[in-house]
Amino acid sequence: MTAWRAFAGTTARVLVLLATAIAMLAVLLIATGHDVVPALSAMVRGAFGSYYAITSATIVRMVPLALAGLAVSVAFRAGILNIGAEGQLLVGAAAATAISGTLVGAPWFIGIPVMLVVGAMAGGAWAAIAGALRLRFGVLEVISTIMLNFVAQYLTGWLVRGPLQEPTRVNPQSATLVPELQMPVLLEGTRLHAGVLLVMVVAIGVWWWLRSTASGFRLRAVGAAPTAAASAGGIDVPRTMFGAFLVSGLLAGLAGAVEYTGITYALYENFSPGYGFTAIAVALLARLHPLGVLATALLFGALEAGANAMQRDAGVPSVVVSVVEALLILLVLAADRWRPSRADEAGT
Amino acid sequence: MTTTPTGAVLLSLDGITHAFGHVRALESASLQVRAGSVHALLGENGAGKTTLMRVVFGLLRAQQGMMRWRGLPITVRSPSEALALGVGMVHQHFTLVPTMTVAENIALGGHGAFDPRHAADRVRDVAGAAGLMLDPQARVQDLPIGAQQRCEIVKALARDVRLLILDEPTAVLAPAEAVELLRWIRGYADAGNAVVLITHKLRDALAVADDITVLHRGRTVLTTAARDTDQARVADAMLGGTRAPATRVASDVVNDRAGVASGPPVLTLNAVTVRDANGVDRVRAVTMQVCAGEIVGIGAVEGAGQYELLRVLSGRLTPTSGTRTIPGSVGFVPEDRHRDALLLDAPLFENTALQGAGARQGVIDWNSFRTRTSALLQRFDVRASGADARARTLSGGNQQKLVLGRELEAAREALVVENPSRGLDFVATDAVHQALRAARDAGMAVVVYSSDLDEVVLLADRVFAMHDGALIESVKNRDVLGRAMLSGDAGDAAVAMEADT
Repeated sequence: MTAWRAFAGTTARVLVLLATAIAMLAVLLIATGHDVVPALSAMVRGAFGSYYAITSATIVRMVPLALAGLAVSVAFRAGILNIGAEGQLLVGAAAATAISGTLVGAPWFIGIPVMLVVGAMAGGAWAAIAGALRLRFGVLEVISTIMLNFVAQYLTGWLVRGPLQEPTRVNPQSATLVPELQMPVLLEGTRLHAGVLLVMVVAIGVWWWLRSTASGFRLRAVGAAPTAAASAGGIDVPRTMFGAFLVSGLLAGLAGAVEYTGITYALYENFSPGYGFTAIAVALLARLHPLGVLATALLFGALEAGANAMQRDAGVPSVVVSVVEALLILLVLAADRWRPSRADEAGT
Repeated sequence: MTTTPTGAVLLSLDGITHAFGHVRALESASLQVRAGSVHALLGENGAGKTTLMRVVFGLLRAQQGMMRWRGLPITVRSPSEALALGVGMVHQHFTLVPTMTVAENIALGGHGAFDPRHAADRVRDVAGAAGLMLDPQARVQDLPIGAQQRCEIVKALARDVRLLILDEPTAVLAPAEAVELLRWIRGYADAGNAVVLITHKLRDALAVADDITVLHRGRTVLTTAARDTDQARVADAMLGGTRAPATRVASDVVNDRAGVASGPPVLTLNAVTVRDANGVDRVRAVTMQVCAGEIVGIGAVEGAGQYELLRVLSGRLTPTSGTRTIPGSVGFVPEDRHRDALLLDAPLFENTALQGAGARQGVIDWNSFRTRTSALLQRFDVRASGADARARTLSGGNQQKLVLGRELEAAREALVVENPSRGLDFVATDAVHQALRAARDAGMAVVVYSSDLDEVVLLADRVFAMHDGALIESVKNRDVLGRAMLSGDAGDAAVAMEADT
C-alpha cells in the first residue's frame, strides 16, 4: 500500500517534471533561436510518437537507466556516494562480452543468465575496490569511484583493440554476439527485449529487500544514522557499508550486461552514452525509492530518445536536452529544501 | 599599542546577562581580569563559564551589562573586533583546518597575499618568542593533540593579543602535557599578559591562578585571590553554597530505599582502563560492581571519563585493559539520543526494530514490530500519533521514553543511562525516573550518570564520583559527592561516611 502510494507519488511528480522540462526546453529553444514547435514536436515524436518510438527508443533506454539508477539508490540509501555506476556498468558489459565467447553453442536459457551473472559480479568487484579503499584506508568513495570510471573507460578501450577485438581486427569493437545468445525480443519488429521485464523484477526485488529484510534494514539504518546504527542497533557498520558497495556494483554491472545482450550485442569504446551518470539523476528524482526509479528512468529515457530525434529531424543540438536534465535535478533538489517538513510544523 | 601596567585591571565585566530563549545562561555575571595575572574561571557544567567568555570574544552579544577594556566601555560585535582589541580565545574544540599546515592555519585570519615563507617565519617568530615548540610546515592533521593546541595558541598570539582565553585547555591533554601547558600559561602571564583559564579542574586552577572567579547558574558567586582560599571553599561555591532547594519531581519523594538488600552482581569491572586515540587514559583502573536491584549513580564533570565508562558498562566500547563481565545485552540510553539512539526520519516501529538489528536474520515481520511499538507507546506513555509516526515529530521527552522503553524491553538484566532528563520537562523527567525505579524494583542493575548531582542523589541507591578517570565511592549527599567529583579527594567523602555511620 505504501509502495503503491510511493509509486503513484513518483509518477505524479514525474508528470509535473515532464511538463516543467518541456516548458524549460521551450524557453531554451527560443533563447537559442530555434523554432519551438517543430523542435518540440520532433522530440515528442521521437519519444512517444509511434509504437516503434515508445518501444524501441524510450523504453529501451529506460532499461539501463533504471538498473543503474537502482545501483545508485542502494548506495545512496546506505550513505555511500557511489558516482561510479558508469564504470561498474562498463566493466559488467566487458565481463559479459568476455564470457560470451565460451558460451557459443550453449542454449540461451543457460548462456544469457551466465552472462548476466558474470557481468553483475564484475560490477560488484569493481565497486568493491572503492569499498575496500574507503573502509580500509578512508579514501572517499566520491573520488575513488570517479577515478575508477576513467580506469573502466580506458580498460574498455584497450579490450576492444586487444583481447576482445573482433576477428578481422579492423574495428575497435568486439565480435557481435551470436543471435542464439541475444536477449529475446518481446515484440516482433521492435528492439524491446526481455531486459525490461528483468528490470521490473529487479526493482521490486530491491524494494522488497530494503523494506522487508534484516540486511536491507541494516543498510537503511547505517545510511540514516551510522552512530545510532552501531550503538543502539549493534550493527557492524563497515561490513554493512561494504555490502552496499557490492550490491550497488552488482546492479550497475547487470545494467551493462543487459545492455550488451539486449541492445548493442557488442562491446565498443563508447558503449554507454553516460547511463551511469544520468542514473544519479534518475535515483535522486525518485528520492532513492526503487519503484520510483522505474518512473524517473522512463522520463529520462523519453528525454534522451526525444533529444536524438530532435537533433536528427529539427537540427537542434541534443545537448539542449542535457541542459534541461541538469535544470530538472537542480529544481528537484531545491524543492526538497524549500518544502517545510512535517517535523518542523509539529515542533519538538 | 598602549601598555597596561601589571596589576591594573585589563578587562572588566559587570552585570552581564544573556539568555538563550527563556533559559538564562548568565544572570548579572561579573569578572575582573588584571594584567599580568592568570584568572581561573570555575563552575559546574552549564554554570555559564563558556557563555561568558563567548560574550567577551564577540561570539555572543550580552543582553545587559557593561564590558570595559583598560577602563573604557566597549562593545564587541565579532571575534575580529575582539582580536583587534587584543583578546584571543582558544576553544575547547579546535578550529583548525586539518589538511592545512600550521603556517597556513595561522595565516588564515589575515588579509592580502599569502606568502608561505613569510607565514612560516611569522610562526617561528611568534612561537619562539612565546617559548612554544611548533613546526610551521607540519600538517595539522599529523600533529599530536598537544601540538594542535600550541598551534591554536600561536594563532591567537600572532594577532598580538594581550588577553588569552583558554577553554578547558587541559581536558584533551595527557598529564605531562597539561603540566607543561600550565607552566607556559604562568610564564606568559608573568610577562605582563593576562590569561582567563576556564576549567573545572580545581587543582589546576589553584596551582596556577592568581585570581579565581566562580560562576554558579550564571551568577558570580565567588571572587577571590587564589592564595586566600582552598579547594573546599571553591568547591562549595561551585556547588552553589547556600543553594536553592533542588527541584524535586513527584516520584522522588518515595525514593528512600536505604538498607534494602540487592541481588547478585550483574555488571563487574576489574581494573578497567580505557585509553583514547591520543594516548590519554580516560578511565583509569576502575573496579566496580553493580548488583541486580540497585541503581548506581555517577557524578562527574564533563570529560572526567564517564562517557567512556558508561559505554564500557553497556558493551558499546571495549576496554584497553582490565576485565569486564556484563550480560549479553545491556540496555543503553545515551545522552545524545538524536545521534546515538534514533533514526529520526524513520517511523517509530523501525526505531523499535533498531534494537537487535545487528544480529537479526531473514525477513522482518514489520506488523509484529508495529504491534510491539503500539504496546510500548502505551506502556511508557509515549505521546505519538502511532507506531507509524516519524521519530522526529516526537518531543524530546517522548523520544526519551521511547528509547528507554525499547531498551528496557530488550535487556532484562542491566540498563545504563546517561543524563536521563537532558532537555526534558518536569512531567517527562518524572516519568523517566519512575521507569528507572520500576526497572530497579524489577531486579535490574541500573547505572545512571547525570550532570545534575541532585538527580544522581535522588535516583541512586549508591553513588560514585568520577574524577580524572578514577571512580571514588561517596556517600549519598550532594555536597560530599560534588566535592569528591571536583577534587578527586576520597578523604572528604570517607570522613563524611564515617560521620554518617
